Amino acid sequence: MSVATTDLADVLSRYEVVLGLEVHVELGTRTKMFCSCPTTFGAEPNTQICPVCLGMPGALPVVNAVGVESAIKIGLALGCDIAQWCRFARKNYFYPDMPKNFQTSQYDEPICFDGAIDVDVDGKPVTVAIERAHMEEDTGKSLHVGGATGRIHGATHSLLDFNRAGIPLVEIVTKPIVGAGADAPAIARAYVAAIRDIVRALGVSDARMDQGSIRADVNVSLMPIGATEFGTRTETKNVNSLRSVERTVRFEMLRQAEVLDGGGVIHQETRHFNEATGETMGGRVKETATDYRYFPEPDLVPLAPEREWVEKLRAELPELPAAKRARLRSEWGLSELDMQAIDNAGAFDLIEATVSAGASPESARKWWLGELSRYANEHDAELAELTATPAHVAELQSLVDGGRLTDKLARTVLSGVLAGEGTPAEVMAARNLEVVNDTGALTAAVDEAIAANPDVAAKVRDGKVAAAGVLVGAVMKATRGQADAKSVRELIIARLTAE
Amino acid sequence: MSELTGRTAEELGAAIAAGETSAVEVTRAHLDRIDAVDPAVHAFLHVAGESAVAQAAEVDRRIAAGEKLGPLAGVPVAVKDVVVTQDMPTTAGSKILEHWLPPYDATLVRRLREAGLVVLGKTNMDEFAMGSSTEYSAYGPTRNPWDTGRIPGGSGGGSAAAVAAREAPLAIGTDTGGSIRQPGAVTGTVGAKPTYGGVSRYGLIAFSSSLDQAGPVTRTVTDAALLHEVIGGHDRCDSTSIDAPVPPVVEAARRGLTGDLTGVKVGVVREFAAAQGAEPGVVAAFEAGVQTLTKLGAEVVEVSCPHFEYALPAYYLIAPSECSSNLARFDGVRYGLRVGDDGSRALEEVMSLTRDRGFGPEVKRRVILGTYALSAGYYDAFYGQAQKVRTLVTRDFTAAFEQVDVLAAPTTPFVAFPFGSRTADPTQMYLADLYTIPSNLYGGPAISVPCGLSEGLPVGLQIMAPTMADDRMYRVAAALESTQSPRLADQTPEVTA
Repeated sequence: MSVATTDLADVLSRYEVVLGLEVHVELGTRTKMFCSCPTTFGAEPNTQICPVCLGMPGALPVVNAVGVESAIKIGLALGCDIAQWCRFARKNYFYPDMPKNFQTSQYDEPICFDGAIDVDVDGKPVTVAIERAHMEEDTGKSLHVGGATGRIHGATHSLLDFNRAGIPLVEIVTKPIVGAGADAPAIARAYVAAIRDIVRALGVSDARMDQGSIRADVNVSLMPIGATEFGTRTETKNVNSLRSVERTVRFEMLRQAEVLDGGGVIHQETRHFNEATGETMGGRVKETATDYRYFPEPDLVPLAPEREWVEKLRAELPELPAAKRARLRSEWGLSELDMQAIDNAGAFDLIEATVSAGASPESARKWWLGELSRYANEHDAELAELTATPAHVAELQSLVDGGRLTDKLARTVLSGVLAGEGTPAEVMAARNLEVVNDTGALTAAVDEAIAANPDVAAKVRDGKVAAAGVLVGAVMKATRGQADAKSVRELIIARLTAE
Repeated sequence: MSELTGRTAEELGAAIAAGETSAVEVTRAHLDRIDAVDPAVHAFLHVAGESAVAQAAEVDRRIAAGEKLGPLAGVPVAVKDVVVTQDMPTTAGSKILEHWLPPYDATLVRRLREAGLVVLGKTNMDEFAMGSSTEYSAYGPTRNPWDTGRIPGGSGGGSAAAVAAREAPLAIGTDTGGSIRQPGAVTGTVGAKPTYGGVSRYGLIAFSSSLDQAGPVTRTVTDAALLHEVIGGHDRCDSTSIDAPVPPVVEAARRGLTGDLTGVKVGVVREFAAAQGAEPGVVAAFEAGVQTLTKLGAEVVEVSCPHFEYALPAYYLIAPSECSSNLARFDGVRYGLRVGDDGSRALEEVMSLTRDRGFGPEVKRRVILGTYALSAGYYDAFYGQAQKVRTLVTRDFTAAFEQVDVLAAPTTPFVAFPFGSRTADPTQMYLADLYTIPSNLYGGPAISVPCGLSEGLPVGLQIMAPTMADDRMYRVAAALESTQSPRLADQTPEVTA
């Protein structure tokens, strides 16, 4: 048991933790939420903008119907009710990367509300209740230049990119998650992973946490055991990996306990997670709570999704991840324990994709949970972030299955793939790693080994087959390991017993 | 003064189409008129002489090529400076947008150009359309051609004065609480606010989104209907735009000009008449107007709108609330004025200095009022309550229109007042919109048509109609106009610099 878990256990002997998660999903619509600008990621700054998403005087929003449809799909997949009638609202606050100085969002009339999903935490299903899922627009991006940290503090000037301004978001808000105890960090992680998998399965977002298309705001508070009133929460904003979500919860629990134990108070504040230190950091403490002065957006008409449409969307929902997991578990012939190992490694989608690319479930599982997991751990990386893709793994396995690589050679090839040297076939060719199966060359090497080791050869002839190992070793040495040891062994025995 | 500037837009359009004159000649005549009188009137913030002549020449070329253009092709129009124009600066009467050149044309401007109208320039207004006198323009007030010591109404005083002084036969105004109709009334011109959603708001710099509506300012009711037809109709870029054909306003105006109102039921709102503060001369001119309607065959009855007295206070919560949000974007970051950005100040401070320097007193007053009304803890008592009043006022008018076809009222309680006489107490200024505000709250159309003089100054009579029944108000207004010979709008005294 690590030190951190010990501390957590200590914290939980005195406090109960309450979690709340707000996950922002950037929708993969072709155009923005309220205008027809494209939404391509990574375009040159300020090339995907127009009077509407720049909030130019006089410009007006028009709702993207695909955005609404995506929000409804998300709501349905989360078991939410879909509002008969709802409105957009303006959230007013000044921020330079928000062109209108208000965000068009939804307030007390969200399009989806009252849902729940089961998430899997170490094989135990945990139900997380969903408060609401609502539509809103994203802001632009500020780039702070001249400081050491890239943050506004110390910067000499700031650059604004409005390409992201107006990209549709769906914000999914949980009800308070109470009673999670020591599982709190794992539940937070599993919940965000579940949302990611659901929106990906729905095809409404590319769900790339690394590109910010899924971002989580993590709310954590502690209250003394037995208390009925929640403690003051902190909100750690824009956490952008599953691992960071888990670390944020753990760190905040430990930090808040330390503050409370020392007689201090927790301020309701926005914090940021620092990947490098694994700590959350507070921002400037504001003396007054922000008042967003929400009111219904007068530039948009209310939305009243027709029931037939909603039911049609419900009927068309694709297989959701939980159902898919159960189906594939059975198709792959795996135990629940095997599946948990796969889930814990974050390898489910990767294995599925590897199987789709032609590998057997067993071999796909072996690579991702074996060699690749080991590599990911060593490099403190997520499996999905590795250079090796499911297509690579399937290709690698087919080379093994075709006898062109041994398992050992395949691992060497994989290290080349991981180092970015190319596809397995390319690495095999470039590093000259293919199994030597030219029988002429191999037979010559075998004959040479037999001639060089007459004593051993005699033992094998006398039936002491185990002694053949020495000859195999000599052949492998001569072929620089590129022969298949099993074939070499068979060849040697055939040669000696045939005499 | 060229004879051309004395003609109506309808006459000019016909003469241009018939080849009796050209769009260029008509445009030049109005540009000359602007040169002559605008130094005294100050109706324009920007005159686009060169581009206007070029546009006119293009219309002439198209006519010569045998193209069939609309009835207003080649006729000049002045546009209130709150409507964005790609080729002319747009300031909304504010220092915060001084020299700002919009990157796009408002939908209504695009429609004007497509119909062959020639945009002469941009007209003066109270800053961001907040005011009833143009005294809150950051660029100095417009003067009323009837008496240059008096206000031309507001916020669209520039458009009304330009039309009254024959600097333009047509103008575009915007009306959030009366900004087309009250200037129309005090300058002796016709000002119409179409049904909310009848004319696209795309490209109108928003004051109060749920109330703003653009419309025509002209010297005749028919001209207003013709211009209404050009700018009206559904626009996909404005979600609040009504997806239905423009009501038959021109046809209705022509029918009204026959002077027959037999079968038309006109309601006079009891509570309007009971409201304090209307000048006796205004009341007298209005009552004479109503009598004329009776003589033309209309049946006049009294109706009740019991929540009328709450309309003005509700308006002064809703409009400032929306304005506080709409005007938040003016922060010096992306366009317009920026103050104090010398490298020594934080962003928030630069935003504050910019807004402090860039906004005038009335805009600040309303932004502060609206910010307060939307605040947590006050929302229900102010904005929420005002929305309920809005619903009640709407119900009152809906019920009234079950009894009558249109409602008649004075447009504004007082004639053009002298400069400076109502700036000390903002509520005195707000009273100018007492009778015009209800139609903005319920969204229905309303028109102000001259009905007589009081103390030698024009008085307007307002006809209100149910939503999307704009044609009714044009018919009644045209009938009233048909009894005046010469029309009041053609009696504007000559302005001397």
